[in-house]
Amino acid sequence: MLTLEHVGKTYPNNVRALENVSLSVMPGEILVIVGGSGCGKSTLLRAVSGLDNPSQGRVQLDGVTITAPHEKIGIVFQEPRLLPWLTVADNVGFGLHHLSASERRQRVAHALERVGLSDKAKVWPRELSGGQAQRVAIARALVPNPEVLLLDEPFSALDAFTRADLQDHLLSLWADLKPTPTLVVVTHDVDEAAVLADRIVVMRPHPGRIYEEIAADLPRPRDRQSAAFDFVKRRVLAALDRSLDRNVSVDDRDTKAETGAAMWW
Amino acid sequence: MSSAHMTMTLDPASAAAARTKAVRSWRWSRALLGLMLPVALALLWEFAVRAGFSNGRLVPPPSVIWNTLVELARSGELWVHVRATVARVAAGFALGVVAGTLFGAISGYSVLSRRLLDPTLQALRAIPSIAWVPLFILWFGIFEQSKITLIAVGVFFPVYLGVMGAIMSVDRKIVEVGRVFRLSGPALVRRILLPAVLPAYIVSLRSGLGLGWMFVVAAELLGASEGLGFLLIDGQQLGKPAQIVAAIVTFAVIGKTTDWIIAAASAPFLRWEDRFSARSEGA
Repeated sequence: MLTLEHVGKTYPNNVRALENVSLSVMPGEILVIVGGSGCGKSTLLRAVSGLDNPSQGRVQLDGVTITAPHEKIGIVFQEPRLLPWLTVADNVGFGLHHLSASERRQRVAHALERVGLSDKAKVWPRELSGGQAQRVAIARALVPNPEVLLLDEPFSALDAFTRADLQDHLLSLWADLKPTPTLVVVTHDVDEAAVLADRIVVMRPHPGRIYEEIAADLPRPRDRQSAAFDFVKRRVLAALDRSLDRNVSVDDRDTKAETGAAMWW
Repeated sequence: MSSAHMTMTLDPASAAAARTKAVRSWRWSRALLGLMLPVALALLWEFAVRAGFSNGRLVPPPSVIWNTLVELARSGELWVHVRATVARVAAGFALGVVAGTLFGAISGYSVLSRRLLDPTLQALRAIPSIAWVPLFILWFGIFEQSKITLIAVGVFFPVYLGVMGAIMSVDRKIVEVGRVFRLSGPALVRRILLPAVLPAYIVSLRSGLGLGWMFVVAAELLGASEGLGFLLIDGQQLGKPAQIVAAIVTFAVIGKTTDWIIAAASAPFLRWEDRFSARSEGA
């Protein structure tokens, strides 16, 4: 289980990015963190990944405090961050250097097959489309079988069709993996939150902290057009507005929810 | 025409072959296009001298230059000079590259070292390198050491600047990928930093080599008993312009060849580059 206890982050210039965040994420759960810019959601994810350490509190995975990148925690960034001098296959196998070459090849081939890019194994990253590159990044993060996969706005740079496609793809990967990994996804896309999440955490800024938790326990696969799906979205949007003291009630949101407020900045 | 087009669209292998062939013939025609002007000028001059429009004493025609080269080669004199010059450039280049890489890496990697070292090195760089010659001759004598030192100084600065700049501009985001996969310090250098700086490093090696060839001429002009630079001076003092031009031509050929060796040796490691010209130049 992943637990955050009173996690806070103060930068050297005394900016308080994060304050008193406590959370536990169950194994196999998909937790989505939403919030406007400056609410510390990326800071939070970096603290969980071990890339940055919190100034207060601690992050623990199965009782072990995380102070540096950990083999059981994988991360996918907003950009694919593939190494341009390695082929797609070598990028996917980047974290498997402790394995023998044959075992590495096997794991890489399997991972590429799962993300549907077996035919791109020998290709340079520059030849991939944005969506393909991000799939390679997901394969690279998943191939060491992490217990927790962190995703920092993973699809925000993609067009709407590719984004929806990759959301479904991520869910099917997650469902197929045994044991099921925990996913922690940071996003500012309310649609994405409602598609992916078991539970949605809404954060508010200055300093970043948790404002509200919303259960999104809809059955999967989820119909993006269904009333239940829409209801989750509206609850998230309303919470976001309230978190910024905008005081808009759920019912007032009708028009906005339908006219493209799906992308919430 | 249309059937050829059909097979190209139907069979990707033959289409690729046709494309390679087209690229190759385009490369040849481009090379020929570049050769047109110098060849035309050479032929024109040769004709002008033979027809008696000029005696060709100060500007020897191509045939005389060629004969001089052949004569120098046959007597074995040319090889003595080439060997001497190449040995000097090789030694100076090696020293300059080692020192430039070392200092460039230190300055690029550590901010403290950069603040400590870089101002001094930049100040030294501002000195025209030829200005060192009298001092080097006092320190190292008039023989090989002073010449090699001068060449090494010339090679040092482009390599130093190139390595430092390349390391400083390595993308933090890519270094973070190394951290996520818990690479140790040496592994981070080997698997992330080295490949990331390689393209810029090759460029700096090539410009360093160019300066090396420049400085070997300066060093040999200032006093040598063998070397291509000596051939230049010798040709001037004995009034043999053909020998001067022959030495210049040899410089050009060797300089271009060594540059090509670096480019060709590094090409297999740089195939991944997403270059603007990567496609237009073919594989």
